[in-house]
Amino acid sequence: MTAVRTVLRRIGFYVLLSLVTAFFALPMLWLVTAPFTRHPTFAVTWPDFTLANFRALTDSPDALSSLYNSAALSLSTMLLTVAAAALAAYALSKVRVPGRGAILYLLLLLSSVITGTAVMVPIFQLMFRLRLLDHDLGVILVLTGGLLPAAIFILTDFMDTMPRLQEESARVFGANSLQVFGHVVLPNVRPGLATIAVWAVVNVWGDFLVPFLLYRSPDKRPAAVTLNTFYTEGGRPDLALISTFSLLYSVPMVIMFLFVSRRYGFRLHGGITA
Amino acid sequence: MFLILPALWTLYLGLTDYRLTGAAAAHPRIVGVDDYRQALGDKDVRDALGRTLLFVFGSAIVGQNLLGFLLAWSLRSARAWVRAAVETAVLLAWILPGVVVAWLWIAFLKDQGGTLNAILRTPGHDWWFEHPMGALIVFNTWRGTAFSMMLFSAALSNVPRSQLESARLAGARGWQQLRDVVLPNIRGHILTNTLLISLWTFNDFTPYLITKGEPHGASAVLPVYIYLTALPGGRLGFAGALSLTMLLINLLLALAYVRILRRRA
Repeated sequence: MTAVRTVLRRIGFYVLLSLVTAFFALPMLWLVTAPFTRHPTFAVTWPDFTLANFRALTDSPDALSSLYNSAALSLSTMLLTVAAAALAAYALSKVRVPGRGAILYLLLLLSSVITGTAVMVPIFQLMFRLRLLDHDLGVILVLTGGLLPAAIFILTDFMDTMPRLQEESARVFGANSLQVFGHVVLPNVRPGLATIAVWAVVNVWGDFLVPFLLYRSPDKRPAAVTLNTFYTEGGRPDLALISTFSLLYSVPMVIMFLFVSRRYGFRLHGGITA
Repeated sequence: MFLILPALWTLYLGLTDYRLTGAAAAHPRIVGVDDYRQALGDKDVRDALGRTLLFVFGSAIVGQNLLGFLLAWSLRSARAWVRAAVETAVLLAWILPGVVVAWLWIAFLKDQGGTLNAILRTPGHDWWFEHPMGALIVFNTWRGTAFSMMLFSAALSNVPRSQLESARLAGARGWQQLRDVVLPNIRGHILTNTLLISLWTFNDFTPYLITKGEPHGASAVLPVYIYLTALPGGRLGFAGALSLTMLLINLLLALAYVRILRRRA
């Protein structure tokens, strides 16, 4: 009796789990089939394994250059974020400011807001006044501003756990502050730097709102904005280009995800679960 | 600087009748708290706020929380390859760029040829048109469950084995163990998770990428409504007042979070 019940429970468990997995996997099927289908529709059909859509994409004027724009934007924002966050986190970790924890948490929480919708009107105007609309610099500054608080938060966590001893012995041997920072501190927090670098690239690569608001010329736009500009002459969305470009645009993220989860394991640790 | 300045700017804008074009664009007038009073009295605004609350409650507080916990709980004892397969599907939904995900869901729920209609054998049913908010809630649950799943599986692995063991010996069944041992242990994680995902959902702009607020604003959650008012609509002052309202709600949520963390520390 109990054996039957156990078997039934096992079966029920796997049925439920398969249903949930199907719920997550089914919407993604289109991304794999449509790019390889001649004249794709919204339906998921068995692909013809044609590369015609990829060839059509290379003829489209902004497609490939926008992927390059995305890469350039992600890398420059990432470098600026990592550099500024490293300096700020080091300062915060050395000097104990009263109420530091609360300030850091508030910054962290508001940072998800800043590149979001609540400040889109003022950001637009600020950039208009600074004459930075349609400039890469403006977009990079806004994105960095949005990423910095959380980056500082994560790095401060890493810096706090760093052993003081090495730092002090470097000082005894006459190293100045910059030397200590470059030769002792940075190598010690390398995992932290890698974390925020990957995280910054993922965020910028996927961000739509900021470049959508701040860029005017089509040739400067990153892939996130360009994806929504593929229309046929009849004014309908050009599904061949959209699906193919979506796939090309997603692949770097998936590769990065696989790399990170192989290397470090895709688990949450540190401050956020505290 | 990029955090504080826009906030102050919003406050100023909310006090003016600033517009993108026309006479008012050159000389914004101070109209005082009128924008704010108007914002809270406006029926469209209250509707957008109501939709946002429904969106946050349905997709984050209920959807992502429950499904995330269910996944974390059932994957604990599953085989390694099952666990890896399920987690990959859930995490992929989370890491794909928002613009791509928007197209995937447009295709998935499309009336002609959409995958869901093919499965349910209901061709021609336009989900995005007929149930815009319901579809958004399901979509956002799909999109964000990965975070809750990861947070809860980290939390569950910290529940002391000895407590579970003694509950089992005392004859507690599965759901009794859950209620008496597991839930009290991870209460803090549930709170943290709920606040974070609420905040993210509240500020999410992806609904714009899918529906643009259509049909007739029936899917315009607050971020979408603000965008439509500010740029296509050109009413920057009014949108500024709405933005400030949004910032205040964000701030309240963030403060609540910090207070709870303090109390636990």
